[in-house]
Amino acid sequence: MIKKNITSAFVEKYSTIIIFLVPALTLFTVFVVMPIFEAAYFSFYRWNGMGAPEKYVGFKNYAFLFKNGIFLNALKNNFWIIFVSLFIQLPFALFLALFLANNFRGAAVFRSLFFLPYILAEIVASLIWVYIYKGDYGLVGAIWGLFGADAPWITADKEWALTAILIVVVWKYFGIHMMIMISGLQGISKEVIEAAKIDGAGPITTALRIKIPILWPTITLSIFLSTLGSLQLFDLIMPLTMGGPSNVTHSMVTYLYDFGVGRMRLGFGSAISVVIFIICFVVALIYQTTILKDKGYN
Amino acid sequence: MQSKLSKFYMYLFLSFLAGIILVPLYLTFISSFKTLGDLSSNVIGLPREWIFSNYTDVFGMEYFWSFAWNSLVYGVLTTVLTLICASMAAFVFAHIRFFGNRFLFNYLLIGLMFPFASAIIPLFLKVRDFGLLGTYWAVVLPQIAFGLGFAILLFRGFFKQIPPELFDAAYVDGCNYSNFFFRITIPLSVPIFSTVAVVTFVTSWNNYLLPLIMVSNEELYPWPMGIMFFRGEYDTDWSMVLTYVSLTLIPAIVFFLLAQKYIIAGLTGGAVKE
Repeated sequence: MIKKNITSAFVEKYSTIIIFLVPALTLFTVFVVMPIFEAAYFSFYRWNGMGAPEKYVGFKNYAFLFKNGIFLNALKNNFWIIFVSLFIQLPFALFLALFLANNFRGAAVFRSLFFLPYILAEIVASLIWVYIYKGDYGLVGAIWGLFGADAPWITADKEWALTAILIVVVWKYFGIHMMIMISGLQGISKEVIEAAKIDGAGPITTALRIKIPILWPTITLSIFLSTLGSLQLFDLIMPLTMGGPSNVTHSMVTYLYDFGVGRMRLGFGSAISVVIFIICFVVALIYQTTILKDKGYN
Repeated sequence: MQSKLSKFYMYLFLSFLAGIILVPLYLTFISSFKTLGDLSSNVIGLPREWIFSNYTDVFGMEYFWSFAWNSLVYGVLTTVLTLICASMAAFVFAHIRFFGNRFLFNYLLIGLMFPFASAIIPLFLKVRDFGLLGTYWAVVLPQIAFGLGFAILLFRGFFKQIPPELFDAAYVDGCNYSNFFFRITIPLSVPIFSTVAVVTFVTSWNNYLLPLIMVSNEELYPWPMGIMFFRGEYDTDWSMVLTYVSLTLIPAIVFFLLAQKYIIAGLTGGAVKE
C-alpha cells in the first residue's frame, strides 16, 4: 500500500515535470537554439533559399564581409552607438536617477515622463523624429528658418545622419536605465545613508562614495543591456535613414536585412548573423565573468 | 535660501528635459489637425484652422482597422501562450527538485542574450518549411520562444517566494504538484501574471523586425508595419502620416499610464533581481 503510494507520487512528480516543461523547451529549442546552429551551417554556402544548400564556399562569405567597406562602416556605427550609450546615456541616466530616487514633490511625474519614450514602439518614436528633422516642415526646418538659413536635411546628410540617429537612441532609451537605477537606489537601506549623513558626508560625497559603489552591480547590468541593445539596433534606423545616405548609417542588423535578407543571399546573410551572434556572445561572456569576479571579491 | 535656489534650478532643469521629451510628441499631435499648407508655414503654433478630416480619412480606411486587429491577435495569442508555457516551466524550476533542474533553467536563460537578429534567416526558412507563412503563427510562435527566458525568470523569482511549507501542508491533504499549481500557485500569483502579460503584450505590439521578415501579405500586417506602409503611401502628405502616428500615441500613452506599475515592475524587477 505504502509502496504503491510512493510509486504513484513518483509518477505524478515526473509526469508533471515533463508535461510542464515540454512546451517551453520545445518552442525554445526549435525557434531559438536550432536557428543559431543552422545559421552557422548556412554561412558556409552560397544559397538563395531554394532547395537544399549545395554550393559550399568555405569561409568566402566571411572573407567578403570583412573586406566590405559598408559592413566595416556598419561595425563602426555600432561601435559609436555603444560608445554614446555607455558614455553619454548611462551617466546621464545615473545623474537623473540620483535626483529622482528621492520622493520630492513631482518626482513621480518626472520619472514617468522620462520613461515614456521607452514604451513607444521604435517605429513610432523614430517616425516622430523623422518629422522633427524634416527640412521643410519639421522643427529643425523651422528653427533654421528663424535665422533665415536654408534648412539642412539632417537625415539625408552624410555628416549628420548618424548623429541624428544617436540623438534618438538617447532620447528613447535613457528612461529605462534611469528606472533600473532608481529601483536599485531605492533598495539601498536608509540606515547606510543616514550613517553617512551623521558622519558629515554631503550629498555629493554620499552619491560618489556610497550610493554609486552599492549600485555598481545594477550599473554593470545597464552597461550590459545597453551594449547588447546597441549591437542589435534596427527598428530605430529604418524610418530615419534605412542605412542611407549612400549606406553610411547602416548598423550590422540593417546591413543584414538589406544585403542578406533583402537580396535573398541567405548564405551571406547567415554569415552576418553569425558575426552578430559571436560579438553578443563575447559581450555576455565578459559580463558573466566580471560579475562572477566581483562576487568572488565579496 | 540657498536650498530654495538650488531647488528652483533643479525644477528648471527637469522641466527643460521634460520639454525635450514632450515637444516632439506635442508637435506630432498638434500637426495632425493642420492642413498641409499650415503644416509647412506654421510649424510650432496651434493650427490656424483645426481640421478633423485627417482623422475621418484614416478611420475610413479599411486596412487601418485590419492592422489594429492583426496586432491585437498577435499580441493576445503571444501573451496567453507565453503565460501558460512560462508559468508552468517556472513552477517546475521553483518548486520541484529533480536532477537537471538547474541545467534546464540555465539553458532557457541563455535565450536572454541570444540576439534575435542572428536567427532571422533560419527562422524564416523553418516557418516556411512548417507551412506557417501567411498565418498568425509565423509571428506568434517565434515571439513566444524568444520571450520565454525573460518570462520564466520573472515567474520563477515570484514563485520562489511562496513558502514551501504551504506545499507540505497541501501535500498532506492529498494535493499533488499539478493541483498545487492550479489551485494555490496561480491564485497567489496574480500580480506577476499581470506583469508578464503587460510586458509581453507591449513587446509584441511594438515588434517590427520579426513580422517584417515573416509577413508579406498586407492583410496580415501588424500595426508597426502598417505605419511604414502608410508612410510610403502618403509620403507627400505628412499631416496624414502624423495623424496615424498620433492615433498610435494616444492609446499607447493611456495604456502606459494605466499599466505603468506592471511595466516598471516587470522591466526593473527582472533586471535587478537575478
